[in-house]
Amino acid sequence: MIAQYIPVVLAFAFAAAVAVGMVALTAFLGRGRLTRSRTRDTFESGMPLIDLSRKRVSVKFFVVAMVFIVFDVEVAFLFPWAVSARALLAEGNRTVMLDGLVFLVFLAIGYVYLWREGAFDWSRRGSQS
Amino acid sequence: MWAEIIVSAAKVLVIAGTVLTLVAVMEWVERRGAAFIQDRLGPNRVGPLGLFQPLVDAVKLLFKEDLTPANVSRGLYLLAPMISVTVALMTFIVIPFGAGGDITIFGARLGGLIVAPDLGVGVLWLLAVGSLGVYGIVLAGWSSNNKYSLLGGLRSSAQLISYELSMTLAVLGVLMASGSLNLEQVVARQGGQFWLGAIPQWNVVPQMIGCVVFVVAVFAETNRLPFDLAEAETELVAGYHVEYSSMKFAAFLMSEYMNMVTASALIVTLFFGGWTFPGMGRFSGWPLLVLSLLSFGIKLAFFLWLFVWVRWSLPRFRYDQLMRLGWKGLLPLATLNLVWVGVAMTMGWIR
Repeated sequence: MIAQYIPVVLAFAFAAAVAVGMVALTAFLGRGRLTRSRTRDTFESGMPLIDLSRKRVSVKFFVVAMVFIVFDVEVAFLFPWAVSARALLAEGNRTVMLDGLVFLVFLAIGYVYLWREGAFDWSRRGSQS
Repeated sequence: MWAEIIVSAAKVLVIAGTVLTLVAVMEWVERRGAAFIQDRLGPNRVGPLGLFQPLVDAVKLLFKEDLTPANVSRGLYLLAPMISVTVALMTFIVIPFGAGGDITIFGARLGGLIVAPDLGVGVLWLLAVGSLGVYGIVLAGWSSNNKYSLLGGLRSSAQLISYELSMTLAVLGVLMASGSLNLEQVVARQGGQFWLGAIPQWNVVPQMIGCVVFVVAVFAETNRLPFDLAEAETELVAGYHVEYSSMKFAAFLMSEYMNMVTASALIVTLFFGGWTFPGMGRFSGWPLLVLSLLSFGIKLAFFLWLFVWVRWSLPRFRYDQLMRLGWKGLLPLATLNLVWVGVAMTMGWIR
């Protein structure tokens, strides 16, 4: 059983080696030669920097993240059902698709609610989204 | 045990090496293709037809001054490109690039041209590791401490998670029809038989909607035009990699192209029959391996070209249009595809 993870370990070792190698090699070959103080400034289209960028972020991004987590968990629940549906059908279990449909109906109720609340409208102003 | 480790290591080197080479080739294809679409010549001086241009670019970027801007969070700033490359190099290990289940080398089973043939989680690995790529982008955006980068990183992460749902739901339809998470079985299910004697039993035929949803979602997942809001150069300069230079910048570029190769390979595997080809029952062993590789390569090349073609043909979306398409367009369509597959399987319309 553990043998199935040998390729995973090897692939990770190779990928990490390439990733670290690229950054390390360029750090070695491109050691700072000409750096003047202005080169290190944060780029803002050539204007002198007024303030830093660590500011509050629009709440819309958080709404998207929350909605994603809700739906992603539901989709994760669908995986075992989808993979075993074929075998269950072959056994003559006719209701397996009905089970999935019932689950999807519950999903749809939440989806319609979020749609009406405006969670999917990016540019609507003055709403709770 | 050791023979298996050596065969696995050889497969990692060969397949990852091929993907890395494809990255260089795709850079050339993209620049030349863009040039021809825009009625100009593109880079044609270095080597025959300009084919060595990517090599020269890589050498140039390696020797560029490696500077770290003053205001960045140093550790995360260095970590972000590494995450992107590592993730991009690890996703494709469950994709079967060619046949060869009956070949043995030094007494170890080759198990097809696939790095991890026995991995139980199969396509789940690809979805799980693939979504880790968000971290590379969002960390690059945040740690750069630059307004353009931050906006690019945030937009990109919101976009990636929005389209991931539709992509996963489209994959679920295929998994239902195959009854397995293993991509080799997904491929095996599509090969060998025909509808009406001529149409190969690829998943794209009964699941046309799922295929379209998957292709569109994958374009968004790889941050390619028309969905490259993360680096919309007219408003964000270059998005999350504004502050990156030298090979650290190239790392993001390379991971984008590697994701493109993985995405194309996944489209081929899930919906277009993978490495199967008509009349493959007559071959076995090494000839089958070579022919299946050829079949896979032709399909892969088509979808890689599609990525380039679309990029230079379509204008960019606006961000609210992008979100609307993802949540109000693709998500219902993907669910509809799932329901359709379920009903069709219960009624016995698809095998």
